Amino acid sequence: MLKRVHFPASVLPYLLVAPQILVTLVFFIWPASQAVYQSFLIEDAFGLSTEFVWLENFTLLMDDAIYLASFGRTILFSVAVAFLSMSMALILAGFADRVVRGATAYRTMLIWPYAVAPVLAGALWVFMFNPTLGIFPFLLEMVGVDWNHYLNGNQAMALVIFAAAWKQIAYNFLFYLAAMQSIPRSLIEAAAIDGAGPVRRFRDLIFPLISPTTFFLLVINAVYAFFDTFGIIHAITQGGPANATTILVYKVFNDGFVGLDLGGSAAQSVILMFLVISMTVVQFRYVERKVEY
Amino acid sequence: MASITLKDLVKAYGQIEVLHHVDGHIHDGEFVVIVGPSGCGKSTLLRMVAGLETVTAGEISIGDRMVNTLEPADRDIAMVFQNYALYPHMSVRQNMAYGLKIRKIAKAEIARRVEEAADILEIRPYLDRKPRQLSGGQRQRVAMGRAIVRDPQVFLFDEPLSNLDAKLRVQMRLEIRKLQQRLGVTAIYVTHDQVEAMTLGDRLMVLNGGFVEQFGTPIELYDKPATLFVAGFIGSPAMNFLATEAADGSLVLGNGARMAGGGSTEGRVTLGVRPEHLVADEAGDIRITVGLFEHLGANTLLHGTLEGTTSELIASLPGHVSAAPGSVMAFSVSAGLAHLFDPETGTRIET
Ligand SMILES: Nc1ncnc2c1ncn2[C@@H]1O[C@H](COP(=O)(O)OP(=O)(O)OP(=O)(O)O)[C@@H](O)[C@H]1O
Ligand SMILES: [Mg+2]
Repeated sequence: MLKRVHFPASVLPYLLVAPQILVTLVFFIWPASQAVYQSFLIEDAFGLSTEFVWLENFTLLMDDAIYLASFGRTILFSVAVAFLSMSMALILAGFADRVVRGATAYRTMLIWPYAVAPVLAGALWVFMFNPTLGIFPFLLEMVGVDWNHYLNGNQAMALVIFAAAWKQIAYNFLFYLAAMQSIPRSLIEAAAIDGAGPVRRFRDLIFPLISPTTFFLLVINAVYAFFDTFGIIHAITQGGPANATTILVYKVFNDGFVGLDLGGSAAQSVILMFLVISMTVVQFRYVERKVEY
Repeated sequence: MASITLKDLVKAYGQIEVLHHVDGHIHDGEFVVIVGPSGCGKSTLLRMVAGLETVTAGEISIGDRMVNTLEPADRDIAMVFQNYALYPHMSVRQNMAYGLKIRKIAKAEIARRVEEAADILEIRPYLDRKPRQLSGGQRQRVAMGRAIVRDPQVFLFDEPLSNLDAKLRVQMRLEIRKLQQRLGVTAIYVTHDQVEAMTLGDRLMVLNGGFVEQFGTPIELYDKPATLFVAGFIGSPAMNFLATEAADGSLVLGNGARMAGGGSTEGRVTLGVRPEHLVADEAGDIRITVGLFEHLGANTLLHGTLEGTTSELIASLPGHVSAAPGSVMAFSVSAGLAHLFDPETGTRIET
């Protein structure tokens, strides 16, 4: 009796989660499995013949000096982006936490960059750093720096790092500010009475207490730098000059859609997929447990 | 060791003034309790002494230094917070040593002082634990330890016992008092609990709505409350108040009964009598219609009304007493124990 009364209710939950599951299946699981399948195939550039080659695409990648260089470049890029945007965000949040007057306006302005689309952000930086028209090359020339990121690979890399880091500052700032504001005021006051100045309080008290947030952001920023910076790079350098800014995601796109090496591109994206999965696992493992202090 | 002087101290947040012209002098080595109802400005006053709030007007001096603009670190004070404010990522030892480390005191000296304080407070077994591994009472001791290792001129306490259970509160209260006497350090202690205030303080500063109502010893406050507020605030159960009319050296109660008193005062006055000062007396002028009794063992509380009126009265009677509800009992009060107040201004009238 009881069972029958409850029966209709048990269908409802499935109905409610169904759209979510459907979306995941269609837009994530299916393309992902296609990518895995593709990575086992070698197809000629015209799509006329296809051959199943098991792991050959992967072994080819491991011997590909350009791919390995891109791997190294990606790591450099990610570390630089994460470090730059997190440390800037930390400093800004440190100040915002102390601001009393106009705090809301200040915070709102710092959050805006996050609302800018990546490609637009890229376009913005392209304008500012255009070697002939931009304001920054003009200023840099005055201090004796000859800026041309269309020719100089290191400058190009620096530019995409700045652009990508700038875009992420707002996000990091929000998390850092929230973390700092959750530290009880009396702790800071106790430290002030103990004789610690603002810098010392930041180093001994605030920074250790927000370490769980730092760890969380580290993973988020690494994932961001690895995967979400495509738009910025596409708008600023298209991976050039001479592959100087071709990080892994960009290479997936380049090899697949420009070079039409679908199998190789799929293999690269499978590797990327494993990277993001492992980062997420690390994230869940440790962030859930909180950093021990 | 230092005295503290508050001179015409004002605190305003924007347009709102929360402390109005507070004056007071705290002697070297004295234990002063600031007491008052919630929101009266106790914490604000304490935090101004600590340097955590700016001074709007007036002066604060510690010793012979005017400290208005000094940073908290430079005032040579230590503070114990209501929530203890222990650094959660540091061990008990590190918590206590932090202030000394910042002052660049030699390692050996720090260790010596921390261990000495730990022995006094009996927290040596917990020195290497983190605050979250301690009970509330133990955390409270660590917070005290952090204050005493610094060997400051002044201790400041902001309701340090309010998070503890009743029994522990009584025990810690005694310990704080003993510790302060042993170290001889000037202390300011904030609480809203009048029993805590009476038992701890050499002198009490009663605050109400940002005004100092009275600043004196517990006995002075009890025997000669300066205002209606102090009279009602100090003592438990609270003092009874009756509206009376003074004429020709006697007081006319609400029910027309006359009792001696009032001296040369004329007109409306408020009569205050503590429940424990109402003495059963067949010939007494204060006749109370019995409402109910509360039996506390050592004494009995009678809740009733002045006969023929609705003015409520409480009498505290020794031993066991009972009578039928609705019956009338007569009480008298000896002359020195009847307090008179001006009903308009609330100030005490000396007779
Ligand atoms: N930052 C502030 N801005 C405006 N008003 C404030 C501020 N801080 C405190 N107040 C006001 O000042 C008054 C005194 O506050 P305070 O914290 O000193 O009260 P308290 O006596 O310590 O009360 P409690 O016993 O509840 O702790 C209160 O009316 C409060 O509303
Ligand atoms: Mg308070």
